[in-house]
Amino acid sequence: MLNATVALTGRSGRRRGDGRAALAFATPSLVGLALFTLFPIVMSLVIAFFHWPAVGDRQLAGLGNFTALAHDPVFRRALFNTLLFVVLYLPLNLVVSIGLAVWISPRMKGRRALRVLFFLPVVTPMVANAIVWRLIYQPGGLIDGALASVTGAHAPNFLGEHGWAMVAVVAMSVWQGFGYNMLVFSAALDAVPEQILDAARLDGAGNWHLFRRVTLPMISPSIFFATTMTLITSFQVFTQPFLLTGGGPGVDTETLMMFVYNEAFSVYEFGLASAGAWVLFVLILGVTAAQFAGQRRWVTYDV
Amino acid sequence: MSDRIKAVVSHAALYLVAAAFLSPLAYMLATSLKPAAEVFGSPLRLWGSEIRWQNYREAFTFLPFARFVANGFAVAICGTLVVLVASSMSAYAFARLRWRGRDHVFLVFLATLMIPQEVLVVPMFLLMRQLGWVDSYQALIFPWAFTAFGTFLLRQFFLTVPQEIEESARIDGAGTVGVFLRILLPLAKPALAVLAVFTFINYWNSFLWPLIIINSVDQKATVPLGLQLFFGQQSTQWNLVMAASVISMMPTTALLIALQKHLVRGIATSGLGGR
Repeated sequence: MLNATVALTGRSGRRRGDGRAALAFATPSLVGLALFTLFPIVMSLVIAFFHWPAVGDRQLAGLGNFTALAHDPVFRRALFNTLLFVVLYLPLNLVVSIGLAVWISPRMKGRRALRVLFFLPVVTPMVANAIVWRLIYQPGGLIDGALASVTGAHAPNFLGEHGWAMVAVVAMSVWQGFGYNMLVFSAALDAVPEQILDAARLDGAGNWHLFRRVTLPMISPSIFFATTMTLITSFQVFTQPFLLTGGGPGVDTETLMMFVYNEAFSVYEFGLASAGAWVLFVLILGVTAAQFAGQRRWVTYDV
Repeated sequence: MSDRIKAVVSHAALYLVAAAFLSPLAYMLATSLKPAAEVFGSPLRLWGSEIRWQNYREAFTFLPFARFVANGFAVAICGTLVVLVASSMSAYAFARLRWRGRDHVFLVFLATLMIPQEVLVVPMFLLMRQLGWVDSYQALIFPWAFTAFGTFLLRQFFLTVPQEIEESARIDGAGTVGVFLRILLPLAKPALAVLAVFTFINYWNSFLWPLIIINSVDQKATVPLGLQLFFGQQSTQWNLVMAASVISMMPTTALLIALQKHLVRGIATSGLGGR
């Protein structure tokens, strides 16, 4: 009886009237998204094809900004540096985060506190993290001071020497960022049924074999998710090199995002900056698409 | 027996790794309490010749850091409120109301998730200039408040609420607004809390955008921008910078501890807080 009443007065009657209510409820988000996301993304594509200074006349530049970028040694170096950062950062981040997630096993005492602890730098302002690491790397700072106290020798000037600067930026970034992926993997590991592991152990699987053949495939969807997210964010790396090295020494650690920032807000060449941003965006899209295309070969969804 | 020894050794080693991992933050804290002259120098000492709590007071007077903290809270709280209101409303429209084109519009919403925020900064700056919002608080709050993320998260949550609960409320006379306010929002409290915490943290930590849009840093800087200002001073006062850094991480650390029970599941179900 009750159900029949609902069906009569409720559903059909209500659905016809939902349109206006829905519009009212969705409007703030729709307007905000249109104004602050859709409009800017279209704008940035338009700007990329213009010579667009902060003041003065705009001129259609066609592909001029893109060819200028292709011949700009700083941009090419920034592109290389960004790829280098991603290639170093992504695997390190994954190895450390998977390793620690496995180490802090689902049944360990105090695991929640440990997880919170490794997550702490993720939510700490990046600026604060970067500043303390600047002091750590500095001559006379933590590393140099500790080394000098123990051995008497001095550490290299990590942030000022060719070859060291990018390594230093990557190391700080891994310390800062891996906690997020670690939690993603912890959640995945918590969900692996104990019986499956026990069964594999009964079959005589050793620890490494268990990890390689059972655990890894079972958390492979999480690895896919983490890899994709980390790829997208690491291509946009900005704050760490901006504050640690300022892009130096020379342009050793200048990244694409720093290039975009400098072109737009130091040189005020908005056209060139937008073109650079689109190169970055297309790069991210391409890598993400490749990730999705390749996932079938190693991601197991059905267990 | 040997298995238990192994477990104990592994546990102890893990705590050593954790201690090493925390050492940068411990170093931050230790340096924030040292006299300026003892920040550098060997042999390395963890503590200075005195514990200078007054560094914290000086950090507040050296620059208008109290102002930056107040700005940071104001911007983060306003931004979080805007995100919660806008995304819960649209999530309701997408999850529980029927209208033509709903699923297509939602797809557009989802697609915008793929656009990296950083690619938008140049046109966003030009838009702000057009609106006359350069160097304003509203420019810190609104441009990034309408990402599809909150809508997506809350829509997923609203979808899990059984239809029967809503229908019985309608029989009791609740309208579309009543169902939203009295049924769905109270049920969504955990999801709203997680969204609020991470939104607050994102606003509090945001650096690139304030760096771009704020010119009168003395008045309108948020905490990260203020920290950078300390840092840009001639002959950096490291002990004061570290004191300010410790202050900057207090609210986020407190929120993290408050959220710790829900942290792993919150991350797993929502993908929140990713960087």
